[in-house]
Amino acid sequence: MRDDDALVALLAVFVPFSFASIGGGTSILAGIQHQAVDVHHWVTSREFIDMFAISRVAPGPGSMLTTLIGWHIAGWTGALVATLALFVPSSLLCYGVAYVWRRHRGKAWHTALEEGLAPVGIGLMIAGVFAIMQLAGGGALSWILAFATMALLMRWPKLHPLPLFFMGGVIAVVVRATLS
Amino acid sequence: MRPAMPPCGRGAAIQLPNARLRRTFPPPLNPWPAVTLPPKPSPAAPSIAAIFLVFCRIGLLSFGGGLSGWVFREVVVLRNWVSEDEFLSGLALGQILPGTNIANLSVYIGQKLRGVAGSVAALGGLLSGPFVAVILVASLYDRFKSVPYSDAAMDGVAAAAIGLLLIIVVRGARHAGRRPAGAVALVATFVGVAVLHLSLLLVVAVVAPLSVLAAWFGGRRHA
Repeated sequence: MRDDDALVALLAVFVPFSFASIGGGTSILAGIQHQAVDVHHWVTSREFIDMFAISRVAPGPGSMLTTLIGWHIAGWTGALVATLALFVPSSLLCYGVAYVWRRHRGKAWHTALEEGLAPVGIGLMIAGVFAIMQLAGGGALSWILAFATMALLMRWPKLHPLPLFFMGGVIAVVVRATLS
Repeated sequence: MRPAMPPCGRGAAIQLPNARLRRTFPPPLNPWPAVTLPPKPSPAAPSIAAIFLVFCRIGLLSFGGGLSGWVFREVVVLRNWVSEDEFLSGLALGQILPGTNIANLSVYIGQKLRGVAGSVAALGGLLSGPFVAVILVASLYDRFKSVPYSDAAMDGVAAAAIGLLLIIVVRGARHAGRRPAGAVALVATFVGVAVLHLSLLLVVAVVAPLSVLAAWFGGRRHA
């Protein structure tokens, strides 16, 4: 694929996702995975799950996964284009709405929007979690690690997540090495 | 003292809810000494560079999520750039608008501080550090990919990272479940995307308006 084509394709895929990501970046995880792996064959399932893990370990929003996909197919330019394609359109919308929003706080339509969109965002987020879990090679162990991490962080919210992520990696290696 | 507000007499009767306090005589010790009587003056709007640097730091510190907590600490608690109420309103806005919550929150705060330039500085600062960092981490990962069991290690890390997301799922589901329509919208969205594999855009375009309508009429009935 020529670089220009790749950049246009990145824009065509990620700009719509910018507007679709109600409830945060996680809600479009399943859609991005579908586009990048199945439709455009930009990355393999293996690479996608690696990128997801990297984007979670590295600082910043989880949506930086998009940056990695852009970088993977078109270098630094691709990374920049993919990042801007995902963040700029929604930010422009947010900027425009923020004025109106501040003036209408507490009104009925304001509350209805807030209450009505939240469950959709959570539903999308659960779908995203399932998509990632199906990609991940760990099977039952992945679910156990995920719920164990959740339980620990809910019990002790002050815990820093990074050591827990590290422990997850260590446990997965130990289990894999023991089984093989 | 403020002669416009007599501590007793007919003048005090027209004072609204706190009139009873004002009627006591002699007046109680003024809890708001003269120096703090006017509402805390909002500090001079920070410079564009200051906004950029603070959000850059937030972006780089926020390993594994929790970005909103960092923004609150840096912008509200430490610097008093926006009030707590303004912050919470911006947080809700970021959640219901499309886009990454934290990016929307940054745009909102940047706009409040310095308009367009402030928003660009906040969002740019938030993303520039992680932009380089995520590629750096990925490069290192590519280099060490041949290490045995690196696949298993990444699976384990990704699974633990999902645990962090599950916390939001649990909190959000608990909140959505308070209203039957909210629970229905949640399940319909999940089934449409994850089970029926319908287009995400289609599912959102159908479920979101219905869900908002349900919340609208539900809210009006209770009001």
